[in-house]
Parts: sequence; structure tokens; C-alpha cells
Amino acid sequence: MVPASTSTDLKPGKDDAIVMKGITKRFPGVLANDHVDFFVKKGEIHALVGENGAGKSTLMNQLYGFHLPDEGEIYINGEEASFRSPKDAINKNIGMVHQHFMLVGNQTVTENVVLGSEILHPVMKVFLDRKKARRTVMSLSKQFGLAVDPDSFIEDIPVGMQQRVEIIKTLYRGADILIFDEPTAVLTPQETEELFKVMKLLKKEGKTVVFITHKLNEVMAITDRVTVMRLGKVTGRVDTKDTNPRQLANMMVGREVLLRVEKKPHEPGDLLLEVEKLFVRDNRNLQAVKDVSLNVREGEIVGIAGVAGNGQSELVEAITGLRKVESGKIRMTGVDITNLSTWEIREIGLNHVPEDRLRRGLITKYPLYFNAILGKHKDEPFSRDGFLMLKNIRNYTKDLVERFDVRPRNIDQLAGNLSGGNQQKLIVARELDDKPRPSRCVVVSQPTRGLDIGAIEYIHKTLITMRDQGIGILLVSMELDEIFSLSDRILVIYEGEIMGEVTPDEITKEEVGLMMAGQRKAETAVERGDQK
Amino acid sequence: MNRGKIYAFLVPTISVLIALGIGSIVILLIGKNPITAYSVMFQGAFGGIEALADTVVKMTPLVLTGLAVGFGFRAGVFNIGADGQMAMGALMGAIVAMSFGWLPPVILIPLSIISGMVAGAIWASIAGFLKAFTGAHEVISTIMLNWIAINIGTFMVTGPLAVGTGTPKSPEIADAAKLPIILKVQAIQLTIGIVIAILVAIVMYILIEKTTMGYELRGVGFNPFAAEYGGINIKKNIVMIMAISGALAGMAGIVDLLGVPPHRFLGEFTAGRGFDGITIALIGRNHPIGIIFAALLISVLRTGSNAMQIRAQIPNDIVTIIQGIVIFLVAAERIVATLIEWKKRKKVTA
Ligand SMILES: Nc1ncnc2c1ncn2[C@@H]1O[C@H](COP(=O)(O)OP(=O)(O)OP(=O)(O)O)[C@@H](O)[C@H]1O
Ligand SMILES: [Mg+2]
Repeated sequence: MVPASTSTDLKPGKDDAIVMKGITKRFPGVLANDHVDFFVKKGEIHALVGENGAGKSTLMNQLYGFHLPDEGEIYINGEEASFRSPKDAINKNIGMVHQHFMLVGNQTVTENVVLGSEILHPVMKVFLDRKKARRTVMSLSKQFGLAVDPDSFIEDIPVGMQQRVEIIKTLYRGADILIFDEPTAVLTPQETEELFKVMKLLKKEGKTVVFITHKLNEVMAITDRVTVMRLGKVTGRVDTKDTNPRQLANMMVGREVLLRVEKKPHEPGDLLLEVEKLFVRDNRNLQAVKDVSLNVREGEIVGIAGVAGNGQSELVEAITGLRKVESGKIRMTGVDITNLSTWEIREIGLNHVPEDRLRRGLITKYPLYFNAILGKHKDEPFSRDGFLMLKNIRNYTKDLVERFDVRPRNIDQLAGNLSGGNQQKLIVARELDDKPRPSRCVVVSQPTRGLDIGAIEYIHKTLITMRDQGIGILLVSMELDEIFSLSDRILVIYEGEIMGEVTPDEITKEEVGLMMAGQRKAETAVERGDQK
Repeated sequence: MNRGKIYAFLVPTISVLIALGIGSIVILLIGKNPITAYSVMFQGAFGGIEALADTVVKMTPLVLTGLAVGFGFRAGVFNIGADGQMAMGALMGAIVAMSFGWLPPVILIPLSIISGMVAGAIWASIAGFLKAFTGAHEVISTIMLNWIAINIGTFMVTGPLAVGTGTPKSPEIADAAKLPIILKVQAIQLTIGIVIAILVAIVMYILIEKTTMGYELRGVGFNPFAAEYGGINIKKNIVMIMAISGALAGMAGIVDLLGVPPHRFLGEFTAGRGFDGITIALIGRNHPIGIIFAALLISVLRTGSNAMQIRAQIPNDIVTIIQGIVIFLVAAERIVATLIEWKKRKKVTA
């Protein structure tokens, strides 16, 4: 491990793909990058890790010409470079796949790939040469094993394929240095495996890859070297083979991190949430949830395991009032809440941490203090006689961000400017907090997607604490590890049906994996799972 | 002051200056002197009490239609139908104002205004219901409602309400319904209409910024999915937003009718002032205070352009050009924002 300070006087040479020296970038009230030195050798896969808000995306956005550095120098392949816009970076053969994709939904895959650098028709110069563009997309797709359908519209294809489109797009523009900003956060384990194959192929072709991730096992599996950032500074550089997840976690967070959560045996109390023979349809009017029954008691975490797209989202939306229930019953503390409005359901004490925090969970153009009361905004003391009680709202938010450690503490900041982890902390804080009305049961969906290990540890601990205080939690997650370490009981969902109920200590992950692929649990256990 | 607020003020101001600049080039091109042109225009709008009063009278309904459209924009609803709602408001209010002449002014004036607002609200709610429950886009439905409103208006003044000969018109409203006059200069009567308009702007500011309802409707405008998740009833909000927007447009109509001679409903009563609301909301950036200034600007351009045409023989199409450029620049705010940034940067490096 090389301390950050000694490496600044290295002379960038030919085999240094990227050298960033003394990069400093300020945002109003935040020092996002503080004299960062970042070096990547040609042809390596280089991991960039660090807590949420450490400044990883900011650093890469400067390499990609999205932001101008306030201070510092950038060298690409040994030559000094100054990027004023992504176009300059693209000309230096740098490509970036962003944390939030930048594709045009109502255009086809091919159109998106060539957008901005269109292949023009040889005769009718202003028109796109569709045939040629399509051929190019297909050949890149083949060369790097990036399966895409060139004629589909972006909005119709799954996230995994959208990401492959982004990769093809960068390759199409001739990228030799590829930056992947948290590509695996939105992928299933299988898709991640495939992405790794692609990355290895890119490396074999002599391309350089910068890979941002929060998952340390991924760092260990695929990268050659690692740079660790913390609070805007580089805190470590190591060769992957010389390190281990524990050491990386330490460098990231600056303290020992529990990679396992500890929890007391659960003592379930009264029945809170009951779902009975639920049927729900999805947006395309197909049956997404079929005959699902489950219940959640006080003081327990019930996990729902399953591969993405097996009806979990629709189930959660139906329970929380965001989607119509076709048939079946949902009760909360004995009260029938089937097809009630979201507000009414919230008032009964059933809260919701949504899977998509930017689309559902936050109004990104509202400051933190307005987001902290979303869903509680009509309650005292936030509102009185129809007027917002700004002072109460602000005081409450100050207290909330303090208690749940949302950073930075600036409550006037727009929620959209927070790092992903802190956005999630804010939502979890809002939904779990007992003020102004009790939160008795919370449906928590993908709570740690895109979060760093420190934040994951924090969210997990919070969920466990709340469970110990008697809150019932229905946890939906694609991360099997998360389901296993948090749940007291696990339900496995496949194509909208519950395959069975198990407890984490009576079954292995492999067995659950089989159930997630559609195998039912032995008959006896299914009966046990279904009883009320 | 934060960056956002400075921009909110600077962008429209600079846009107006740039537009006047481009306008002067056009005036030069047609062989006239821009300095004379603008000074005549300025005099036409501000030179003397009479001109000033005229500008304010003309500005009054524009403030209200600007507020109507701007209110919708804040909530992500595009009410293009302010013109029709204004007509319906004026028509309904006028019927009340001419039928209950025996009531004292303190009752009749508020009653007429409220009827106008209710008529505008109902008219707009039709589009609101269609959007909320069938998904029909409000731009389309409000435009269609405009046509229906215009035809209803024409029908009323050529049929049931028609009086006299010449231009189709309704009977004059009762004297008790006419707005009290603050100032009378020759033919121009300045009434309490402008006071009402400014009060409404203040109420709207409070409503948007300080109330739970404002919180909800801005939330719906920013992100309807998150609003829905937060327990905000989207359908109810859309209908309500449309109704309030329509009430303001209706108010524009009836306040103008009660305040300005001939105090009658005419076939082409609105004269496009509902559509001006869109322009004004854009220039005023949907902010109640901004809208007051934007309405003033448009009113100045209008009254001034008449003077320019009469006294300097400059076609008042110039004003349409200037207006168009202002809208363009405000809407494409990045252009102006970039100019501001660029100037700052040059200062830093210099
Ligand atoms: N446009 C912006 N305006 C204001 N602050 C910003 C902006 N972009 C980033 N920040 C702040 O800069 C800091 C670094 O953010 P950055 O997005 O680089 O973090 P990150 O390491 O990529 O985190 P994550 O893992 O959550 O993606 C954070 O405190 C963030 O709130
Ligand atoms: Mg990031």
C-alpha cells in the first residue's frame, strides 16, 4: 500500500493511461475532491472504491469533461490534457458509463449508440445511414459479447441491456479508457457475471478500465489494483492481490466494519400486516402476483427473496396503495387496507422505503427539509390549519439528519445533490422515524442498492434496532446475503408465486437459489408457511 | 441571495435588454431611429398620468391571466385555456352584474367577481377531470374548450343578450357593480382592479410557498411519482389546480369588465389576453412577483407600441418581435445563464 503523499512526484509516462494530479473540486459547501492523485496503468482494471459521497463520481466526471477541476492536472497516456466538455474526453478516447444512464428512452438501441456521432448516409448527407449504423452496433455487440437487440426501444429493454448499450456506445466512439460508475448496482448476480466477462475481454483487447463499485468481493474478483477514497481524499492504493475485503473496508470507512450483522433471536409480537390470497396485475396487465399470502408480526423481519422482476415490485406497490389489488385482502393491525389510498395506509402506520429512491422516494428538486416530511406533511406539527410550519419542519429535519447521520448536514441542500447513500439514509430515516405518528410496520425494498459498506452496515443496524423495538419489517431484496443476514423468516418468490417459507438457519443459500429458480419447498414446509 | 434567486431575476431582465437591442437593429434596418422609437414608446407608456393610468388599467387583467397560467405551470399543468376561462368568467359575472342591480355595491361587486371565478373554475375543471380520469392531455382539451367558450360568447351577444346595433354586445352592467374609481384622467379610469390583482398575486405567493396545498402541488409538478408515494392524491390535485387556475382567469375577465368601459360583454371580449397569460407566466418565471412585472412589461410594450406607430410611424409589429425574443431567451434560459457565467469567468481570469 502506497501512502497518498509520496506518489505525487511520479512523472507520467507512456504506459500511464490516466494520471490525475492534485485534483480539487468544490461544490457549494462541499469539498468533493481534495488534492486527489489518481493513477491508472494502461491495460489494467482499476477499482475506485469509497463511501457514498467520497467523491468518486465527481473525480471521474472531471476525467470525462463533465466538470472542470478547480485545481489540478490531468495526463492521458503521458500527455497533458484539458477537458472542457465530454466531447474533448471522447476525442482522447475516454468513455464513461454513468451511474444513472443517459439514454434516450423513445429511440432505438442503434439510434442511441450513434447519437452525437451519427453515420451519415453517403448520398442524403443529413440522414442517418441506418443500415450501416445497425451493422456497426451488431459487430461491436459480437466482438465483446454484449448481447443487445439493435431495433428495440430503450424504454422497452431491461436495465442490464441498457447498460450494454451504454458500453457499446462508448466503444463505438473509440474508447480505449472506459469508466464504469457503479455498473453492478442495478444488475442481478448473473448479469454481473456477464459484465465481468466483458470487462476481461476489454482488458484482453488492451483497453483500460476504471471500475467503481461498493461490493468488495467484486473488487477482489476482477480488478488488478485499487484506489480508495474517503471524504474527498485518496486514503490508499494497493494491488488487489495484496489486500483483502477487511483491509479495504477499513481504508474506506476509517474504522473496523462489521461485515456481518449481529442480532438477538427474534420475539415476534402481535400480528401487524396480513396479506391474503393476493392477485395483482402489472403495467402490461399481466398477472404479476399470484395468490400470495404472508404476514408480518411486531418485532420481526420477513424477507422476500427472488430474482428481480418476479412480482416483488407489484406486491410492494399493492400493499402500500400504489397499485390496485385485483383480488385478495390486505389487513394492517386487523384493519382492512385493501385499495385504500397511500395516505390512509400511511396513517395506519404502514410505511414504505421504495426500491427506486429517485423516482419514488424523493422529490429531488425539494430541499432536504421538504423531503423529510413527504408523506407526513399534513400532520401536526408540520402543518397547522393548512399552513406549513416551516420552523417545526426545519427543526425536525435538523434532528433527523443528526440522528440518522445524513451528510452533509445542510438541510437546505436539494435532495438531488446528495450522494446516493445519503439519499437512502434520508428516506430510511423518514420512514422508520416514529414522529409525528408511529411507524409500526415498514415495507422496505432494496434498501442498500448502490450503498457503500459503511452505509449498508448503518442501514442494516438501523433495521435490526427498529425490529428490536417492535417494528415489523417486510424486506424485499435481490441481495441474497442481505436477506439471509437480516431476515427472521424468508419467503421465496418466483413468477409471482411464493415457493415456500424457510428460516435462514434451516436452509443454505444454494437451496434458496433453487427455489428462486422455481423449485417448491417440500410440501410440509409450504403448509407451515401458509398458516395464519 | 443564492444563485437561483439571482438568476431568476437576472435572466428575464437581461433577456428584455437583449430583445430591445435586437429590436433596435430591426428599427435601424427599416430606416428609423431606434432612440426616437424607444423614447416615443416610453412616453406612450409612462409619459404623463394619463399614459401611466392606461398602462396600469391594461396591465390588470394580464396580471391575473399570468397568475392563472403560472399557477398551473408550477404544478406541471399546462393550462392553455385561460382565454376561454376568461371569457366564461366575464360572461357569467356580467350576467350577475346586470341582473342584480338592486343590490348594494358591497354585495354586488364581490358577488359578480365570485360568479366569474366560479364560471372560470368550472370551465377549467372540465379539462382537469379529463386529464385526471381519462389521461386526455390538458393542452388539447383546453384549446378545444377555448373554441367552445368563444362560440358561446358570440352566441350570447348575438342572441339572448344582444342589445343595440353595430358590434354585438350585451347590455351595460348595473352601476352598482362597477368597480370604485381611484383616479380619473380624461377618458381613463383607474379602478381598484389593480389593487385586487396585486392582492391576488400576494395570496398566490402565500398559497404556493407557505401552505400544505402549495407543498403538494409543487411536489406534483416536480415529481408526480414521488408525490403519489407521499400520499398526495394526484387526481384530486390536478382537478383542483385546474379549477384554481380557471378561477384566476375568470377573475381576469370579470374584473376587467367591471372596471373598464364600456362595461359590457363583447363578442371578442378577451382579445387574446388569456394567451398573453402564457407569455407573462413564462417571462415572470411562474413567480407571482415576477408575473406582476412581466404583465407590466407587456402592457408597456402594448401601450407604447401604439404611440410608436402613431407618432413615429414605426409598425407595432416591432413589439411582437421584441416580445418573441424575450420569450425565446427566457425559455431558453441556458443561453442567458451561459452569458452571465461567461462574463463572470472573464472577470475572474482578467
Ligand atoms: N452537482 C452537485 N452540487 C452540489 N454538490 C454535489 C454535486 N455533485 C456532487 N456533490 C457533492 O459532492 C460530494 C461527492 O459526491 P460524489 O457523487 O462524487 O460521491 P460518490 O463517491 O460518487 O458517491 P456514491 O457512491 O454515493 O455515488 C457529495 O458530498 C455530494 O453531495
Ligand atoms: Mg457516485
